[in-house]
Amino acid sequence: MNFYQQELNRISRICYKNKGQIKTVIRTRNFIENNFEQELSLKLLSDCQFTSKFHLLRLFKKYYGVTPMQYLTDRRIEKSKDLLRSGMTVTETCFAVGFESPSSFSTLFKNKIGLAPIQFQKKQFSQSTLQLDL
Amino acid sequence: MKVKVIGIPVLDQEIALQFYTEKLGFIKKHDVPLSETSRWLTVVSKEEQFGTEILLEPSPNHFEPAKTYQKALFEAGIPYTQFNVDNLQEEYERLVNLGVTFSMQPTEMGTVKIAVFNDTCGNNIQLIEML
Repeated sequence: MNFYQQELNRISRICYKNKGQIKTVIRTRNFIENNFEQELSLKLLSDCQFTSKFHLLRLFKKYYGVTPMQYLTDRRIEKSKDLLRSGMTVTETCFAVGFESPSSFSTLFKNKIGLAPIQFQKKQFSQSTLQLDL
Repeated sequence: MKVKVIGIPVLDQEIALQFYTEKLGFIKKHDVPLSETSRWLTVVSKEEQFGTEILLEPSPNHFEPAKTYQKALFEAGIPYTQFNVDNLQEEYERLVNLGVTFSMQPTEMGTVKIAVFNDTCGNNIQLIEML
């Protein structure tokens, strides 16, 4: 066993000894992955795992480094990039990934990606056209 | 500021290009000759062709401390960097069939599953699947 594997084993014993907690957060992340376009709340996520809201929030953040709602937002933004690339309109994309307001979606998207959704979409099309030209 | 390029030191750029494109499935993005022995050579993920580029840099052959550092990491089994995959077991089997050697088989570790392979250019590279 090399040094890296020894270190992994040591860290595992310290950080990942509570298998029950790990199962809970993995199930929560998978639930978000499979249902991110639905209306999800911390209450719903914690009810699914029979835990309190704050317990789940703490656990999720402990193992993934972000809160469940931050994770959900990032997942939705990531998916919205795919949909915008495929040509879906900004409003349709907003609702398809589970956001409720196109204007707050646009603001959030711009904060995270650096471009408003419509600008992002135009840029993607110009890049792919450029590729076809070449 | 934006993250556009990350570097991986390689012992041979041509072998690295072949490994990273033919085995790993990356795509060559930029290839600019800089001297007779080195190129500005970058590859990108097929799935994210406008994403961060990997610079396959020949630093171990031009800067002794880079070579020393790379060798020490390699011998300790420590990955130089890592790439994300959706299904680690599938990717592991695909690479093994292509003759890639792993120093660590797919292993669950808390909320991730990881494996480590030899990139044949002086580095261990980790694959990671989020569980």
